[in-house]
Amino acid sequence: MSSTIEVAPAEQTATAAPWTFWTRQTLAVMRLEVGKNFLNRRASLLYLLAFLPVVLLALLAVFPPPAREWQSFNLLSVVYSVIYNGLILRTVIFFGCAWVFMNLFRGEVVDRSLHYYFLSPVRREVLVVGKYLSGLVATVTLFTATTVLTFLLLYLPRGGAETSVYLLEGQGLVHLLTYVGVTVLACIGYGAFFLLIGLMFRNPIIPALIIYGWEWISFLLPPLLKKVSVIHYLHSLVPVPVPESPFAILAEPTPAWASVPSLIVVTGAVLALAGWRIRRMEIRYGGD
Amino acid sequence: MTGASSQMIVFEDVSKFYGEVLGVNRVNISIAPGITSLVGPNGSGKTTLMNLMTGLLRPTRGRISVLGTAPDQPEQLFRKVGYCAQFDSFPKGVTGREFVRFYLMVHGHTKAEANHLTDAALERVDLRDDAERKVAGYSKGMRQRIRLAQSIAHNPSVLILDEPLNGLDPMARAEVIRLFRQLAEEGLHLVISSHILHEVDMMSDCVVLLNNGYVVAEGDVHGVRDEMEEHPMQILIRCDRPATLAARVFEHEDVVEARLHKDRRGLFVKTRDADKFYLTLNRIVLESGINIESVAPADDDLNAVYKYLIGSEADGS
Repeated sequence: MSSTIEVAPAEQTATAAPWTFWTRQTLAVMRLEVGKNFLNRRASLLYLLAFLPVVLLALLAVFPPPAREWQSFNLLSVVYSVIYNGLILRTVIFFGCAWVFMNLFRGEVVDRSLHYYFLSPVRREVLVVGKYLSGLVATVTLFTATTVLTFLLLYLPRGGAETSVYLLEGQGLVHLLTYVGVTVLACIGYGAFFLLIGLMFRNPIIPALIIYGWEWISFLLPPLLKKVSVIHYLHSLVPVPVPESPFAILAEPTPAWASVPSLIVVTGAVLALAGWRIRRMEIRYGGD
Repeated sequence: MTGASSQMIVFEDVSKFYGEVLGVNRVNISIAPGITSLVGPNGSGKTTLMNLMTGLLRPTRGRISVLGTAPDQPEQLFRKVGYCAQFDSFPKGVTGREFVRFYLMVHGHTKAEANHLTDAALERVDLRDDAERKVAGYSKGMRQRIRLAQSIAHNPSVLILDEPLNGLDPMARAEVIRLFRQLAEEGLHLVISSHILHEVDMMSDCVVLLNNGYVVAEGDVHGVRDEMEEHPMQILIRCDRPATLAARVFEHEDVVEARLHKDRRGLFVKTRDADKFYLTLNRIVLESGINIESVAPADDDLNAVYKYLIGSEADGS
């Protein structure tokens, strides 16, 4: 072992302007975490979830159901809306985000490796931002791919010329881009909540299931309570409204100019809460 | 913050409770540069103290300052502090080099700086040849050394090491102890916890003895031993006529016990005043012509101090 190696002073990088320095640290955290999110053993469940609707739509393209909606091109937009809202948004994106974002911190506590971050000269809030953005990169990449692929798998195998006109000249492209936008917003909103849950609860599954239940019953809630759910704002943005259940309590959708900033503001508030929480966090793996 | 305390690690009336369980209580210590060892049985509070000074735990009461910085300011603290914790776990799938480099990047270093510092740290712990292997395939000693590399890579001025000799073979231990001594000579604070008392004794400038969450003694080993008046100092005298010597030393009023060594070629003497006894011994030798081979304290080491203060055989663990 040598103790004579000359090493450059480590402090020099800290003298950079704080925002430049924090950005560099955030990117370093992201680089490490994005790799984990895509390549870790835990990522296999994410891939499974993301490609479940793709496989389903591929099968339905080969074996289309006899129902009227599947046979009429004009009704395909309603079919997609139902698939998107019921399967992709409420199930795949919800659980995918739960899995990725809750594991950002909780997974490291389980693996007993979080202390390495806590022993680095990095503001813990910067760590929250870096990890959150890495989760967004993973979920947005996979779930926008799911959204685009399922959309195309529904339309492309049916009515060649009609599909081309719909996608290139009609509303198709706008609808697709809107669904992609909703997917991104869902990852942003759910991601922040699940990151916070992963920081606050030793067993985050139970609070995640409670949120899942709340999101599912939101159609039964009075208009004011509907606004206390992510799904309400996302539903307000989808291009083709989902047919409501006969038991649903109807409420005016929130316009895009209000729902998008609302989601962003709430996300910011939740991340700020996560930053506050992590500053008080202790490493006591024995208790986890 | 005074100039002196900005050069020290200071605990002021620090307590930590885990719910109703005591971690450490009313700790008041100041740690100067050099090697300071935290010694005590399992559960005595060594790791708790280390986790408190690195902000992994928050004190229930009291104040901690590491070279003038509070542990709840990681962005400043870990420019100066490296901590090799006891957790034998790593991020999944990383090689030794990646493990050290990743966290240097998180420090804010550029890729080139991180690579340079990584190489230097790997060199210091003699792991350059195995740096491209996955950490998961490392032996326990190698995992210990790569964690050590990670904790020293950014050139901290305070190095905190929780059981750093665990898992190392004797050669590696000697090398690591040499590295610690070298770092201490460079002016670093090294705070080390260890169960291996003879090694702690060999390398430490200062010891903090802990038991049940309380600091029971603090200082250099000989100083601590000198203050233990209830335990008379034991001296081993190797000589040709130990029985004759035994009869003579009992004339000295501060000698409380004289016992022949089992090989009958030496005498253990317990005295309340060692300095006075040495003068008396000189006189006895001159008068009686006893041939003395050696005179040495028999319980002036950490093992004895530990046994007296904490009450169990120490070196077994």
